[in-house]
Amino acid sequence: MVALVELKNLSKSFSDRTVLDNITLQIEEGEILALLGPNGSGKTTLLKILAFLEKPTGGEVTFQGVPVTAKNVEQLRLQSAMVFQRTMMFSTSVYNNVAYGLRMRKMPKTVIKEEVSKALSLVKLEGFEQRSAKNLSGGEQQRVALARALVLKTKLLLLDEPTANLDPKNAAIVEDVIATANRELKTTIVIATHNMFQAKTLPNRIALINDGVISEVGEPSEIFSRLSKNLASFAAVDNTFVGTAETTADGTTIVDIGNGVRIEATAQRSGEISIFISPQDIILSKSAVTSSARNVFKGRITSIIESGSLVKLTVDVGQPFAVQITKRSFSEMGLNLGSEVYIAFKASGVQVV
Amino acid sequence: MNPIIDGVQKAFQLIFSGDPTFYGVVYRSLFFSGVATILAALWGTPIAMLIGLREFRGKTLVKSFFNTMIGMPTVALGLILYLVFSKAGPLGPLGLLYTPAAIMLGEAVLVTPLIISITTNAIEAVDPEMMNLARTLGASESQTSIAILKEAMNGVILGNIAGFNRAVAELGVALLVGGGILGATDVLTTDISLYTQRGDLGLAIAFAIILLLIVFGINLIIMLAKKAKILLTFGRSPQ
Repeated sequence: MVALVELKNLSKSFSDRTVLDNITLQIEEGEILALLGPNGSGKTTLLKILAFLEKPTGGEVTFQGVPVTAKNVEQLRLQSAMVFQRTMMFSTSVYNNVAYGLRMRKMPKTVIKEEVSKALSLVKLEGFEQRSAKNLSGGEQQRVALARALVLKTKLLLLDEPTANLDPKNAAIVEDVIATANRELKTTIVIATHNMFQAKTLPNRIALINDGVISEVGEPSEIFSRLSKNLASFAAVDNTFVGTAETTADGTTIVDIGNGVRIEATAQRSGEISIFISPQDIILSKSAVTSSARNVFKGRITSIIESGSLVKLTVDVGQPFAVQITKRSFSEMGLNLGSEVYIAFKASGVQVV
Repeated sequence: MNPIIDGVQKAFQLIFSGDPTFYGVVYRSLFFSGVATILAALWGTPIAMLIGLREFRGKTLVKSFFNTMIGMPTVALGLILYLVFSKAGPLGPLGLLYTPAAIMLGEAVLVTPLIISITTNAIEAVDPEMMNLARTLGASESQTSIAILKEAMNGVILGNIAGFNRAVAELGVALLVGGGILGATDVLTTDISLYTQRGDLGLAIAFAIILLLIVFGINLIIMLAKKAKILLTFGRSPQ
């Protein structure tokens, strides 16, 4: 494989705060690389440097062997496109949003029309051309943002938490588009994410980043199977717990994650393991409901964060669990901070990482 | 007859009379203020973009300077400009004093701080990350600035309309550098002043009503446009 971008001893500080520290990383042509790390670990800054939007304080960046300088930076920007975590739309139609970069590249009108229509159909937004971009839902806006970057067919595509604020349906579309772009356009993609599940399925390689330092780079299976101390420190990631596993007579595994919380999982393991439960797989109820879910815990809501059509709750059952429900369910259930609730999830929903 | 009723009557007579002298005054008022606003926008918008988009030392100072200048008494500015345009002044040789050009330049100077302040605020209200968005999509630095300006378009238009309102309604500059010469440099405000002094209150009131109608009309258009969201979709594409 050939390196598309090479970072050598890269560092970045804002006034006296070091955000990235001595990063050396090669991004290979055609790969999907995930930057996995908790919020505030420096992922976004690293992506901005790769998009040639931020200047590193130290070290070197080369693109296809050419060092990035103040002189060639505007030219190099044409080779990479970034999709930001916070979706931003120009106050105009969907068509004009997606056409923006092509117009900057002085493409002929007929080509623009064709490419915009292709990009919109890729993100499943055919017929949205004349809609006002700012009036779309959060998920639709994120898909327009993705189409706006993809239409440029840049060598490098940088995605900052592309599915963080999306409902499962939109998230699935976005992940599908990312995989298609990589497969069919051979676009090299770097995704910043704190979603372990996403990091496990999409990328060819994962780089673990924490406190501005890349601690490990490797294939997902390699990273996840080797239960490194780094991964354990990623417990800051939602619903990732480290515990001691014991197999039961039924052939399942009980993982004691401390504070009296014992989780049943289908994977057969013993000893110290890390587990992850997707916030979308957890069912929330106001009373204990009889169901097939093997894991039911009673707790209290300790935080409520609204994002788009979803509400992210933290439920403390002895350990904090992140739960994702729709805004509608949230208001219909009449939930508040401190509300007593039950969380339930299936043993098969517990992923051993 | 009651001078107020007389004024109102005269106003409506004038509006529907087709009197060329009267329409000349209205035309000059609108034309001078319009040109002044365009001039002020031409030099004020780039300045607002520099202030709004760049970080530099003394930025707060520059902003508060323009904010303060909004409140500049028109008579004081008129006097300063009179000195500049008068024979002994630095622009004396151009012979602009008591010409329409002097009024247009003077009113442009008057409304510049207003346009700069409102435009700067509108630009600063745009998400700063928008610049990175334009850049990553391939915009050059100047194209990036234009994209931000388009996002701030509502505020920019509002600033220009406010500028026009101030220009059309001011008296000090028009009187001192224009001289209110009938048929040449007189505008609605200078005529109101003139006819009041002459004791012809009916005409003065008539002109005042016309002036108010213009100002109200403009504000009504803004309100309706906002309602129809014309302003929101202004600018076909962010190029």
